[in-house]
Amino acid sequence: MQVATFLAYLAAAALFIVGIRRLRKPETARSGNTIAAVGMAVALIATLFVIRFESLLLIGAAVILGSVVGAVSAQRVQMTAMPQMVAAYNGVGGGAAALIALSEFYHLRVEGEMSLVAALTVPLTILIGSVSFMGSVVAFLKLQELAFSGAVSFPLQQVVNALLFVGILVLGANAITGGAILPFLSPVASVVAVLVASAVLGVLLVIPIGGADMPIVISLLNAFTGLAAAASGFVLENYILIIGGTIVGASGTILTRLMSSALGRPLGKIIFAGIAAAGSSKQDDGEEREVNDVGAGEVGEYLSDEAEKVVIVPGYGLAVAQAQGPMRDLMETLESAGKTVLFGIHPVAGRMPGHMNVLLTEAGVPYDKLYDLEDINPELEDADAAIIVGANDVVNPAANDKEQDSPISGMPILNVEAAERVIFIKRSLSPGFAGVDNPLFYDTDKTMMLFSDAKQGLQDVVAAVKGG
Amino acid sequence: MQELLAQLAILIIAAFLGFELISRVPNLLHTPLMSATNAIHGVILVGGMITLASEGSFAIKVVGFVAVFFGAMNVVGGFWVTNRMLGMFRPPRPRVKKRRAG
Repeated sequence: MQVATFLAYLAAAALFIVGIRRLRKPETARSGNTIAAVGMAVALIATLFVIRFESLLLIGAAVILGSVVGAVSAQRVQMTAMPQMVAAYNGVGGGAAALIALSEFYHLRVEGEMSLVAALTVPLTILIGSVSFMGSVVAFLKLQELAFSGAVSFPLQQVVNALLFVGILVLGANAITGGAILPFLSPVASVVAVLVASAVLGVLLVIPIGGADMPIVISLLNAFTGLAAAASGFVLENYILIIGGTIVGASGTILTRLMSSALGRPLGKIIFAGIAAAGSSKQDDGEEREVNDVGAGEVGEYLSDEAEKVVIVPGYGLAVAQAQGPMRDLMETLESAGKTVLFGIHPVAGRMPGHMNVLLTEAGVPYDKLYDLEDINPELEDADAAIIVGANDVVNPAANDKEQDSPISGMPILNVEAAERVIFIKRSLSPGFAGVDNPLFYDTDKTMMLFSDAKQGLQDVVAAVKGG
Repeated sequence: MQELLAQLAILIIAAFLGFELISRVPNLLHTPLMSATNAIHGVILVGGMITLASEGSFAIKVVGFVAVFFGAMNVVGGFWVTNRMLGMFRPPRPRVKKRRAG
């Protein structure tokens, strides 16, 4: 490798690191993304100097095609559809890694200079890349609600997966040893078989996982693709692939762990069990329990007359109803009446961690009003009202009940009970995604239930506050 | 051998760096962060370019072409969508404006 290209790769790696560092703070995050993109440009331009000149036309055509598809989709995607978009980009990255390893295997065999390292990392890259590709495709289809909705399971799933994995190992070994294990299968045919079998494994690993756990799966697949890129770096003996891929592999793993602990769901449980199907939701004994059913006027009256500090807790129901705008109106109306308004964002509000923050900032809520779980709970202590819109599980005190084994037990919650009054804007009493009833609904002294669509309900409350 | 040891050293250091970089990021930024690191592993495009530039049969050229296409989509789509997301993060509003509203 030319010294200049090597040095450019080091510069690119430094830019990636500075970029990620800046992504840790909202003030500098956008520039961090730009810096990382500049690093990418440096790495790509440096690569042009070490490849054959004649191939530039073909490469240029593929780059332009891919860039156009990437740019158009990135520009058009709705913010609510962000999780599946990230899954799609992640999938193509994993697919690229698998195809590169496949292609390099062919080149190295033709040239007859396959090193031991390359021989080991080629099947590994294909395995991880291909699993990441098809896993992301399934995640995309699930989130887009095109196929495999809910948790799809079939008998002996774990056994089939294990057998498939063993098969992939045998095929990989056969490819490395030049057909010593399965003489009827040529080495190239073997790596193609590894690619196909890994793709099937990718599908089987993700279909049993329910929609609520999908963000964690995407994050994990993101780490996988990073690892695939790093492994391909060993195949190609290319430093920027090793550095860039490993950083993403490692940071993606940490991010996945942060997310799964925010959900209170151990990673192993998600991957190996799928969602613990909402079995314990069958608690209602048919008994009608009394709730404090109120109208928007009553809510508006309380907010304008008695509340000084209001905490709003938005959930995905808010985004479904496209009620971010009315939510911002409520914030502005209350603020112009001299009240303090804060937003409590649970780590899993929205469809992936941080997704709700993106949706609210899109609607024009300044990010310094968006409080994390651990920051909002002390604020709730002296809040006069907590307004919960389109959320349930994340404020359900049942999660704290150690006795009960429900799908949400152990999940950290927003402690809205601490506020003076709790106001739910909700379409019905139906429990949330996890299917666990919320005892707060029936605390008629504290809780006001405004049964309404999130958007309509917020608009009515805004009108009531203004009118009052 | 020397080369491999250097590569392994880099692998280990980069792995620890990755762990360090991400610990204690506010939840607010998890989605953009995932999206940005997602774009960074698009560096796989470098590998795609190298492999497509090597000589090979038509079939292997097709494989390389698709790899470069995928890689470019990962890079451009990833950075673009992250930029769009972060563009909506508004800084805290200045107090003057707040008073006027009230």
